[in-house]
Amino acid sequence: MVDGKDKSSIIQMFHVHKYYGSKKALVDITLNVSKNEFIFISGPSGAGKSTLLRLLYLGEPVSEGQILVDGMNLSRISGKKIHFLRRKFGIIFQDYKLIPTKTVFDNVALVLEASGKKRKFIEKKVRSVLRTVGIEQKINALPPSLSGGEQQRAAVARAVVGIPRIILADEPTGSLDSDSADIILNLLKNFHAHGGTVIVATHDKELIRKAGGRILHLKQGYLHFPG
Amino acid sequence: MSTYYHRAVQDIRDNGFLSSVTIITIALSILIVSAFALFFTNANNVMNYWEKGVKIMAYLKPGTSQKNLHDIKRNIQEIYGVQDVNFISKEEAFKKLKKQMKRQSSILMNLNENPLPDAFEIRMTTSSQRSEKVEEIATKIESMPLIEDIEYGQKWLEQFTNIFDLFRLAGYTIGGIFFIATVFIMANTIRLAIYMRREEIEIMRLVGASEKFIKGPFYIESIIQGTLGGMGGIVALFITFKLISSTVENSFKYELLDIKFLSPEFYCGIILCSIFVGWLGCYISLKQFLKT
Ligand SMILES: Nc1ncnc2c1ncn2[C@@H]1O[C@H](COP(=O)(O)OP(=O)(O)O)[C@@H](O)[C@H]1O
Ligand SMILES: [Mg+2]
Repeated sequence: MVDGKDKSSIIQMFHVHKYYGSKKALVDITLNVSKNEFIFISGPSGAGKSTLLRLLYLGEPVSEGQILVDGMNLSRISGKKIHFLRRKFGIIFQDYKLIPTKTVFDNVALVLEASGKKRKFIEKKVRSVLRTVGIEQKINALPPSLSGGEQQRAAVARAVVGIPRIILADEPTGSLDSDSADIILNLLKNFHAHGGTVIVATHDKELIRKAGGRILHLKQGYLHFPG
Repeated sequence: MSTYYHRAVQDIRDNGFLSSVTIITIALSILIVSAFALFFTNANNVMNYWEKGVKIMAYLKPGTSQKNLHDIKRNIQEIYGVQDVNFISKEEAFKKLKKQMKRQSSILMNLNENPLPDAFEIRMTTSSQRSEKVEEIATKIESMPLIEDIEYGQKWLEQFTNIFDLFRLAGYTIGGIFFIATVFIMANTIRLAIYMRREEIEIMRLVGASEKFIKGPFYIESIIQGTLGGMGGIVALFITFKLISSTVENSFKYELLDIKFLSPEFYCGIILCSIFVGWLGCYISLKQFLKT
């Protein structure tokens, strides 16, 4: 299946390479992700997991190869259209990437404002999402005043609030205690149960064991399918 | 649009210090440019007033008869370039003098006799208000019988016009320089604002904000700053003007000078210019900095 007509697939990578100078971060990656899959990309630090995620949302361009996301060919997307691609994703960054000078509410609301939603709707929706992730009481707090677990939950809230097609999560439980990690995992599972596609990059074997799902193994830029 | 405005106002509030510095900078530039404009429009008015006032006074020998007066008036009127001729009797001239000298009029009261002569006040057509022309006409009038003396003051006026033109040119140049300087200051301020918020902008992009969504508030912010700065500059100028003009009017009792503030069209134009400067500064720095 390399023609991109497969209706059940949402992400396709064809012979993708990524180089940083002479450093090969990703080598000849060909990959198909179906709708409503829950995928783990595992591998040691430096294997290329974060790089792979960045290529999907055009955080950086590929060096070689082609990527299709939900019918969009990434090599044909101009800078002015890139937000249409980004709106397909909810991204949970390893370093959260919350705006430190804006409240939790404003951080989460940003996604909906950017897609032109009405003020009233935004107000209601953001509140309900923050309630779901369990930090409603921190709605007016600034991110630097939150604990790591709370920041992570705010980041998850921002990732799901726009009801994206796909969630990308980079080490979502990286620096969290196991209780907080469980909460995050449950939120991702909940998103998946409602029909979303989830891709999690992690070196946390414990998390993978608890969650189940398809596992892809990256090692020094090469993709290994287990089995 | 309303959410852009909302965000712009919030950004101005969040970056209070930088915003105030920007607004004050614009206000000062506008103050300087409009102060020049104010000076030149007033100087221009005075010049026009004087030019309109180019006239020749022809003083008559004492005891000139009514009939002779009529003849002389007709003769003067027939000279090419003369617009109109006004007879000013010595009584009239005396009354005017007394009025002009209000407090010191007691000096005049003590005079037994009116020392002033009868006179004709001669105005030239516009095309003849040039020094050679005026001189030519004056010579003709002076050679007439019964004219004792003539008076006109075109020569120094002409020189003054040349100097004034030079000043005006300098004024335009300085105004232009300040305009450009303000655009650059504006561009730099926005650039600083973008630089300080580069992380925020990057995050906005990552969560799917369009370029329009990111840039919109910067434009609105700059336009608000341009408007406030422009109005601030004009208000500052107006206050300065009021303070100065009241002192000037106090020392010039006889209303020799009639200084006016800029016309509403003019200062609205300056404020529009200031808004444009804000927009342009924003445009330049966004063009440079927010490349994708
Ligand atoms: N911007 C970059 N410039 C240069 N090298 C990079 C850059 N990003 C990642 N790399 C390199 O690419 C490799 C893969 O990195 P990364 O994707 O972050 O790995 P992982 O997320 O699996 O730990 C590493 O060797 C890293 O040093
Ligand atoms: Mg990583």
